[in-house]
Amino acid sequence: MFQIRIHGRGGQGVVTAAELIAIAAFNDGKHSQAFPSFGVERTGAPIEAYARIDNKPIRTREHVYKPNVLIIQDATLLGVIDVAHGADKNTIVIVNTAKPESQVKELGINLPGKNIHLIDATKIALEIIGKNLANTVILGAFAKTTSLVSFKSLEKAIKQKFGEKGEEIVNKNIKAIEKAYNF
Amino acid sequence: MKQILEGSRAIALTIKNIRPAVISAYPITPQTHIVEDLAKFKADGEADYEYVRAESEFAAASIVEGASGAGVRVYTATSSQGLLLMTEVVYNIAGMRLPVVMTCANRGVSAPITIWNDQQDVMTVRDAGWILLFAENHQEAVDQHIMAYKIAELLNLPVMVNVDGFVLTHTYDSVIVPDAKQIKKYLPDYKPEKGTYLDPDNPVTLGAFASPAHYMEIRQELHQDLIASADVIKKEYENYHKIIKTADGKQIKNQKSKIKNLTFNIDNGLVEYYGAINPDIIIIAMGSVVGTIKDVIDKNENAGVLKIKCFRPFPADEILKTIKNAKYIAVLDKSISLGEMGPLASDIKAAAQGKTKAKIQSFIAGLGGRDITGEMIEKIIKEVKRGDDKVKFIAN
Repeated sequence: MFQIRIHGRGGQGVVTAAELIAIAAFNDGKHSQAFPSFGVERTGAPIEAYARIDNKPIRTREHVYKPNVLIIQDATLLGVIDVAHGADKNTIVIVNTAKPESQVKELGINLPGKNIHLIDATKIALEIIGKNLANTVILGAFAKTTSLVSFKSLEKAIKQKFGEKGEEIVNKNIKAIEKAYNF
Repeated sequence: MKQILEGSRAIALTIKNIRPAVISAYPITPQTHIVEDLAKFKADGEADYEYVRAESEFAAASIVEGASGAGVRVYTATSSQGLLLMTEVVYNIAGMRLPVVMTCANRGVSAPITIWNDQQDVMTVRDAGWILLFAENHQEAVDQHIMAYKIAELLNLPVMVNVDGFVLTHTYDSVIVPDAKQIKKYLPDYKPEKGTYLDPDNPVTLGAFASPAHYMEIRQELHQDLIASADVIKKEYENYHKIIKTADGKQIKNQKSKIKNLTFNIDNGLVEYYGAINPDIIIIAMGSVVGTIKDVIDKNENAGVLKIKCFRPFPADEILKTIKNAKYIAVLDKSISLGEMGPLASDIKAAAQGKTKAKIQSFIAGLGGRDITGEMIEKIIKEVKRGDDKVKFIAN
């Protein structure tokens, strides 16, 4: 079983990102689950959401305490809360930040540097979507670095989840994810 | 077709396909997504029920009570303080023998204010005369809602389907939602007999005044009918899985082929056992936490979990049959009868007197949204061996 924990702030689409991972994994024919760390979701407050992917049905309901993958949607959380709690030397970390890979140590994440991947998802979001909505963009990097979901299934998940919002939003999100995937 | 859906949406789609005539509700977290979806189906022209957004839960319950009294299929959903506000009507619905079906997205009760999950809310109406079902996962929630209407309409008893707030309502999971055509094969259109509902051409009185000469017999009859409903719930569970194939049905078949021991191969409309044959330790619980417990049971050779799917009527025989030879019995409640113990523990204790080898021990966990982890379940397995009589709060 693979466990994913996403850290972000209220209003950044943290829960949506976890749901998209679960939908994409389901599209790949896997068993999956996604849920938020149910809170009173005030804009700007630190928020967590979780996803699980497995080859057999998932029964547990506990939060994700030992993540295989950590997604940090908002680098300003680093140093504010211990985002790495429960992670180990094999945990893959994806951080949305404008910092280059050479400055990875400055982020202060107490995990092996080789597992920490940096992507300026905010920049891609502003360029392509026109809004600071980096949650979907990071999923492109997630698919690339972890191979836990296929790009095709992620694309389908975006269409399923955002279909009601119109073709333009769907296409922009897919384009942004593609850019992050090939980053 | 298997889909991945938020629990609330799976329930809303199921209700749409069951085709009630009247839905009335007042939004309250964590039930809101269910009734929002149902309101949207109506607004989008996908459903033809009457949707009444009430001004309070008291009104919502009263509206479905009145509509059900007029002889049509109805639905409502609520949580926590909303259910408490409905309480007076909840008792009336059962007393008038109306086949109302309600979802309770279980949540803790104030004070202090909490919006998070536990099962205290439903315990406040435990004695009201409703059939109370509890779902472990999305599929069970969907299946129980469909069965709930069949049972309610056969017996003229209201049914509440309890789903853990957030844990099920806000989680994405895979599920099969039977379509309207499939459901109709199992659940025919609701056609109450003339003279049993409010109709100007066939006038009747519902919920009339009863003097001391009659009140007691009417209450006794309700009690006896509720007790007798256990057999119907079991029969309908079999019927349902014969007619409608969902993931749950497949799982039952797989399990049955593996285990031959009938006592420990129990999975009916009332209870389900999972784990070792002749286990030393049995944990008894209701709702979504059973999933977490099952994962822990897989790592403990001599343990099992007994899931209570139906809390009222209370399945005492089924429970006793499974737990009578266990060395240790732990009952996990996500609610508490303050000043006593967990309500499920207390009921099992009452049923077990002298009939089990082990004492019944009450554990309280998960109040007000506290996450129940696998580690906590391991802790209960350790603690239960101490054989204490004190109620234990498992907080971390």
